[in-house]
Amino acid sequence: MRNPPSESASSNGLAFLIKNRLHSTLSEIGEACRLLAETIFQIFRPPWQFDLLMKQLLFIGFNSLSVVLVSGFFTGMVLGVQGYVQLKPYAVEGSVAQFVSVSVVKELGPMITAFVLSGRIGASITAELSTMKVTEQIDALEVMGTNPVKYLVVPRFLACSIMLPTLTIFSTFAGIFGGYVAVVSLFGFNGYFYVLEVQKNLYVGSVLISLIKATSFGMAIAAVGCYKGFSISTAGGAEGVGTATTGSAVISLITILVLDFVLNHILFNILGLI
Amino acid sequence: MISIKNVRKAFDTKKVINGLDLEIPRGETLVIMGRSGCGKSVLLKIIAGLLSVDTGEVWVDGTEITKLKKKPLNQIRRKIGMLFQSAALFDSMTVAENIAFMLDQHTDLSQQEMRKIVDEKLKLVDLHGVQELRPAQLSGGMRKRVGLARALAFNPEIILYDEPTTGLDPVTCTEINELIRDLNQQLEVTSVVVTHDMHSAFSVGTLMVMLHEGKQLAYGTPEAMINEDNPVLQQFILFGAPDQILNIDNPTLKKFTGRKPQ
Repeated sequence: MRNPPSESASSNGLAFLIKNRLHSTLSEIGEACRLLAETIFQIFRPPWQFDLLMKQLLFIGFNSLSVVLVSGFFTGMVLGVQGYVQLKPYAVEGSVAQFVSVSVVKELGPMITAFVLSGRIGASITAELSTMKVTEQIDALEVMGTNPVKYLVVPRFLACSIMLPTLTIFSTFAGIFGGYVAVVSLFGFNGYFYVLEVQKNLYVGSVLISLIKATSFGMAIAAVGCYKGFSISTAGGAEGVGTATTGSAVISLITILVLDFVLNHILFNILGLI
Repeated sequence: MISIKNVRKAFDTKKVINGLDLEIPRGETLVIMGRSGCGKSVLLKIIAGLLSVDTGEVWVDGTEITKLKKKPLNQIRRKIGMLFQSAALFDSMTVAENIAFMLDQHTDLSQQEMRKIVDEKLKLVDLHGVQELRPAQLSGGMRKRVGLARALAFNPEIILYDEPTTGLDPVTCTEINELIRDLNQQLEVTSVVVTHDMHSAFSVGTLMVMLHEGKQLAYGTPEAMINEDNPVLQQFILFGAPDQILNIDNPTLKKFTGRKPQ
């Protein structure tokens, strides 16, 4: 009969597991940073293939516009309803326009757009690249003397970095409009007053914050999506593609949340932007 | 043309290639044989510069490629065409775009000139009217042919074939073997073929090497390999595909199939 493992043996096993996990996580972060560095280096190296960039801009931007608008609109509506209901007991329901516009511009516009795109575009980038990896298409690119990072990663990285702030502008306007529709139609709020309040509380600094955040989120989504697509082994097969795609969506979401906190701290606390 | 000198390659603790030396003279078709996992495809990827070596040297057309940076390595790669096991055609492109890919990336040829080359290469692999089809619309044999046409697009001096007949029916296998043989004769290229298929190996090979435990077990012409007194090699050849070997019109092979493996 086998003896049960001693307490010190099981704690050693746990320490070994944690050490291994930490080691693999750190090496993955290192690999992802290496890919990001090579991507940035390749952006500035000719030849520049604008046709590939245009294709990705169209795919990411045009195809995501409707879902971003709908998400932004309903987020604004929810904010409008919540804001009005929460502020009314204190007799400051007139500030609902300020509440909606500040929340949407500084936080929810870039955040909702990034969440939508991480699920839609980040996962799609990983699925496409990992399928290319397991079917040896990336090896074929290399054998034909084409750098896969330049050909596949650079256009996706640039397109995400350009389209995320662009789509954030649309989702922000949709959010503010959603708040307008909600408070005017449900609570009889004065529409003219709502527009005036939004204009009064919309600063260049706020828009800048929104765009900085959105660009950073776009870079993060593309970097995670491409890294997860490239990191799969050729023998991974369909299961590997599925795992990489799910992993990409989860890691993108976590990265966006962490990045949002870091950017908020830097932009508001350290740089003192409003 | 290709020279492998004391190459070693391991993945984690698994030694896949363990001190391999190999010479592939210009104009020959070398068939690499061996059991699954013996490092055949790894060796092919090392020659193509897709995998690095742990130690050793790989010389391609007078240049040592293991320490080359990407740019000079890509110059060497332009001399190499590779047919992948799954053909590795780009799903998002048409057949014509696949074949013209390398020309589009590395030359200033006009669309018309590229179209002419595409038609020429498709004719070489005996395919017509498939230019606008997508890879998903092609059969397995057609995909291999298109993969081969793409490998030929830049007029390579070396063609690497990774299991060119795997997953194909016997008739298509024979057609692909004939195609490889004809192309090698017509274009006078150096070819390296990785295969398990003995019919294919004896149909296309002018030289053969048997890998075993990461090393060269036997090397020579097909006739020399048959007469090699090595039980592992004999078992591999006989148990590989004896019926197919019987069908090859080669008196030495016919004599050999009468022998029993030791």
